[in-house]
Amino acid sequence: MKVSITVNGTRQEKDVEPRTLLVHFLRDRLQLTGTNIGCDTSSCGACTIHLDGEAVKSCTMLAAQADGGKVTTIEGLSKDGVMHPMQQAFMENHGLQCGYCTPGMVMASIGLLKENPNPTEEEVRLGLEGNLCRCTGYHNIVKSVLAAAKK
Amino acid sequence: MIPAAFDYKRASSAAEAISLVGQYGDEAKFLAGGHSLIPLMKLRLAQPAMLIDIGRIKDLSYIKDGGDFIAIGALTRHMDVEKSALVLKEVPLLAHAAGYVGDAQVRHRGTIGGSLAHADSASDLPATTLALGATYVVQGPKGERLMAAADFYKGFLESALQPDEMLTEIRVPKMNGAKWGFEKFNRRAQDWAIVGVAAWRSKDASGVALVNMGSTPILATSVSAALKSGASVADAAQLASNEAEPQDDLNASSEYRVHLAKVLVRRALEKASA
Repeated sequence: MKVSITVNGTRQEKDVEPRTLLVHFLRDRLQLTGTNIGCDTSSCGACTIHLDGEAVKSCTMLAAQADGGKVTTIEGLSKDGVMHPMQQAFMENHGLQCGYCTPGMVMASIGLLKENPNPTEEEVRLGLEGNLCRCTGYHNIVKSVLAAAKK
Repeated sequence: MIPAAFDYKRASSAAEAISLVGQYGDEAKFLAGGHSLIPLMKLRLAQPAMLIDIGRIKDLSYIKDGGDFIAIGALTRHMDVEKSALVLKEVPLLAHAAGYVGDAQVRHRGTIGGSLAHADSASDLPATTLALGATYVVQGPKGERLMAAADFYKGFLESALQPDEMLTEIRVPKMNGAKWGFEKFNRRAQDWAIVGVAAWRSKDASGVALVNMGSTPILATSVSAALKSGASVADAAQLASNEAEPQDDLNASSEYRVHLAKVLVRRALEKASA
């Protein structure tokens, strides 16, 4: 089947099998490998992207479900070589260790601040419940999100 | 993990979806948000030959005041139920439970109708709507029928829906200020409940339902009957598992589940009686 998905501002028309998962579409068809596959069971959040402005798990969606939609991946955040404030905050606050969960954390955090621009620490922790950091580096991730909220 | 191959069709109305599923019969499954079905398909525990995508039927995504009840379109997403001012005001227990489904990303995609039709006794919303005495509106080729939540759940992942029927609306009676409690015991934030309890209580009535205490969501009618005849919350909670048949699994033995149910029913009812 044909799908047409606008990814990071560029319209992408591709022939896909109906069973193609959105994350495979992004990684294998568009070579946007910044979006990671972690648990592959919608638990870990490493595959989090934005679909029409909302954080979703791209391993638990078909590309067909995103047909006609607008997708933003981690690659689409920086503008003219300048990092998104959330990326900047993660860098400044050491919000990553091995980095595997980071693209999903950053996308989920941007989604979180969109819905709750001024969260408490507890709200950040609750809001990121769908993203796991196997390094257990949560403390600085939360610090990063709180710092980004102040920017 | 990649699902087994299937054909895909998109329906733009409930009537079209029902006509499509009529053509493909048992081989077809409806796809709403996909957050119950796609994980099963990736594990190849479900291998439908045809997916009928109903996720874009816009006119089945709504929350309306129906007088005595709140009417929620089956394709309303958990996040919209959780944040709806109307649901928060009239059925706060449901808004609260919707906010505990999965995580934010899951709640952006998953739908109330999808969750109920999936009929997983470990999910929060089947038990919550059961406790609240909800009625489900089901549409089939011959028209519409109404089904009490109590008649809907037949077994493990099995509902009273016929293969050519679709859940279209959920009618949840207004709580009219009744107090409520919701308890979910799990090991990690986003997990399914090992045991969960949704409960409400007014002056002369109550509703208590259990999550993951059997192959279907369980209405704890003994607890409500005891409360009605004047038992204390602590005594009524001892009857929590009377209607339940909990399973053993990796997380808990059935004995432990029975213990949890009593404790959690007591806590939920204490909140609903405060």
